[in-house]
Amino acid sequence: MIASAGSRDYVVFDHVQKSYDGRSLVVKDLNLSIGQGEFLTMLGPSGSGKTTCLMMLAGFETATHGRIMLDGRDINDVPPHKRGIGMVFQNYALFPHMTVGENLAFPLEVRGLPRADRDARVMRALDMVQMARFRDRRPAQLSGGQQQRIALARALVFDPKLVLMDEPLGALDKQLREHMQFEIKDLHRRLGVTVVYVTHDQGEALTMSDRIAVFNDGRIQQLATPSQLYEAPENSFVAGFIGENNALSGTVERLDGQTALVRLANGELIDAAPVNVGEVGQRTLVSIRPERIEFKPDLMPEGAHTVEAEVIEVIYMGDIFRARMKVAGSDDFVMKFRNTAGQVRLSPGQKIRVGWHPQDARALDPV
Amino acid sequence: MATPLDPHAAIVTRAGGMPPAEPPGGAPGILTTADGVPLAVALSRSRRRARRQALLLVLPLLLFVLVTFIVPIGQMLHRSVYNPGFADNMPQVSAWFAANPRGADPDEAAFGALAADLTAAAEARTIGIVGTRMNYDVPGTRSLFTATGRKLRDGLQPPFRAALLDIDDDWGAPDLWAAMRNASTAYTSGFYLAALDRARDNDGNVIRAPQERQVYVMLFMRTFWLSALITGLTFLLGFPVAHLLATLPLRRSNLLMILVLLPFWTSLLVRTSAWIVLLQQQGVINDLLVWLGVVADGARLPMIYNQAGTIIAMTHVLLPFMILPLYSVMRTINPSYVRAARSLGATSWTAFRRIYFPQTLPGLGAGALLVFILAVGYYITPALVGGSSGQLISNMIAMHMTETLNWSMAAALASLLLAGVLILYWVYDQLVGIDKLKLG
Repeated sequence: MIASAGSRDYVVFDHVQKSYDGRSLVVKDLNLSIGQGEFLTMLGPSGSGKTTCLMMLAGFETATHGRIMLDGRDINDVPPHKRGIGMVFQNYALFPHMTVGENLAFPLEVRGLPRADRDARVMRALDMVQMARFRDRRPAQLSGGQQQRIALARALVFDPKLVLMDEPLGALDKQLREHMQFEIKDLHRRLGVTVVYVTHDQGEALTMSDRIAVFNDGRIQQLATPSQLYEAPENSFVAGFIGENNALSGTVERLDGQTALVRLANGELIDAAPVNVGEVGQRTLVSIRPERIEFKPDLMPEGAHTVEAEVIEVIYMGDIFRARMKVAGSDDFVMKFRNTAGQVRLSPGQKIRVGWHPQDARALDPV
Repeated sequence: MATPLDPHAAIVTRAGGMPPAEPPGGAPGILTTADGVPLAVALSRSRRRARRQALLLVLPLLLFVLVTFIVPIGQMLHRSVYNPGFADNMPQVSAWFAANPRGADPDEAAFGALAADLTAAAEARTIGIVGTRMNYDVPGTRSLFTATGRKLRDGLQPPFRAALLDIDDDWGAPDLWAAMRNASTAYTSGFYLAALDRARDNDGNVIRAPQERQVYVMLFMRTFWLSALITGLTFLLGFPVAHLLATLPLRRSNLLMILVLLPFWTSLLVRTSAWIVLLQQQGVINDLLVWLGVVADGARLPMIYNQAGTIIAMTHVLLPFMILPLYSVMRTINPSYVRAARSLGATSWTAFRRIYFPQTLPGLGAGALLVFILAVGYYITPALVGGSSGQLISNMIAMHMTETLNWSMAAALASLLLAGVLILYWVYDQLVGIDKLKLG
């Protein structure tokens, strides 16, 4: 197999399985193709197998079964130092006994580049992350964000085609994290490298990625673009894991093509889009995003079913209001509505009717 | 720090927007408390109580260290330059030495003073002390003093020179008089000179001691060389073990740790004796080698009661002192450093050499310093398994303490050893930095 430039199959996991103890699988039959220049995020709770996949790709773990291909080459037996993959670690792993400059020169040095070349490339990489002034500092003298930038520059200084990032922003505070997300994304765009990014932070995944692979229980639950993932989750795990989500359980009453009628526990009927329900009478979990719920009759779509809701509390969050309500017997149904001028105020105890566009309610598998 | 992309910079700028609060009522520049006391004074007052409590807590230990450690070491240093054995008991002849310059031949007055002192010392039964003191410098003189003392009980008639020479011809020997002159002052550098295989000739010049008395410099060199060798061996043997300890899963590393610490739980004497059993000519290892046909029965390896025995047994005894500091440092080294190096293109050997090993240096420095200092002063193991070629300077110090009773000599040797260790400590501080030391 020979890959061309811009190949869709730059990195390929082919039926990869991984077991540490010989009794259970941490990664169960992973199949994944990553295109050249793509920013792919592996997202999932801890223990879902995402970091193991990254470590197998970096060469620090070996696959128990299956092949991993890089640029058309089977790299199962290639040791880590010959893979030419840049990597950013969770704790940055900057060598504490070396200056910033020496840290960056290290990958060039072990590749035997002449000194003049090395210096030029180190300066270029430092300029890229606006850290040129810190060349002679030691990592311990830098703030977390600065260390993060140096780690990034070090992973890129030897011009790898593929860069792996293992929760690189986990140790930063929220503001800095959001800022670095932007910077990493910007670097990715400028350099055109392929990035495989591991995180458990869905916000990070949504803002940065071209595609996201949601991991759970050693499997990819869904592989899709951020908007597809958020708006069209294919199963209950993805719906619950990405963003805030209301789940109403019920039974499929009627199925006709693009719509399904679901009867909730208290007998009320709602409309939903069937995603992975096959037949009438099947149990289902209907997932609706809080911001897609309407409560003002004039904004509700024509002919949509509405359900009764009792407001339990309304939380003021500045730009939005977040109302928790009792719907169909469960009292953690959440609705978000914008804090616009003249917005209707809701108060606890108030009884209202809520509805939504049928395509925003997705009938998924019951958990 | 404030790059345009650094969000911290923005925070700092915003926080700095508020004007700093003026100190109420105080002179500009000096901060005061609300009632006008300078802040520094108020702070030290409020801390005084805590400081006093802290001092009370450490006071018992401080006194203990002072009484059992600082004072004895001071005494030892003092004793190495101070020996009043001759000067106190032979006041008249000491006065004659003080009045006459070096090189003056002892005249009748000198012999008179000597005779008077000897008579007085014989009566006070202190002539043995004087003889012992002189014996350090001129071997065999103790009997001269005690024998003369016995004969002096009846008194001595002038001319004293003839009378003393009549008792023993040796009283006229220039060497003896030079030695007595050296001993006539209580404070002397003679013990340090002797400890460095030097002596004073009859004119007071420092010369090399006679060939047959040159032993200490060789022993010092052997002590430092063997200590360095043992330090190197503990490093070579201990480094992989420490690495294993730091990387194995907890359950197995605990088991290994017990094995490392096991020597600490057994008596030093038992361990050393075990080495005798193993290493002696009819011992386990030689038997095994003969059985394997590696060595002939007639040519069993001498592995004990010589330097080899000292090296093997001391390396074993001191191994934990190398392993423990190394382990404590290695445990803190995040495995992602080596992984990062590997991902950056380094082979496992390069990653070890350039990344892992440099980070173990604080532990290595601590272990090496600990082992070396312990080895330099080691006494019991070389005494038991060292034979004659495996004796160290500490054995010589012990000999002077317990056998020849020349405590001043022991003190001088010990002081030189202490000085050597302190110099090494200083060199280490210059090269590595003592603040980088990690003992565990």
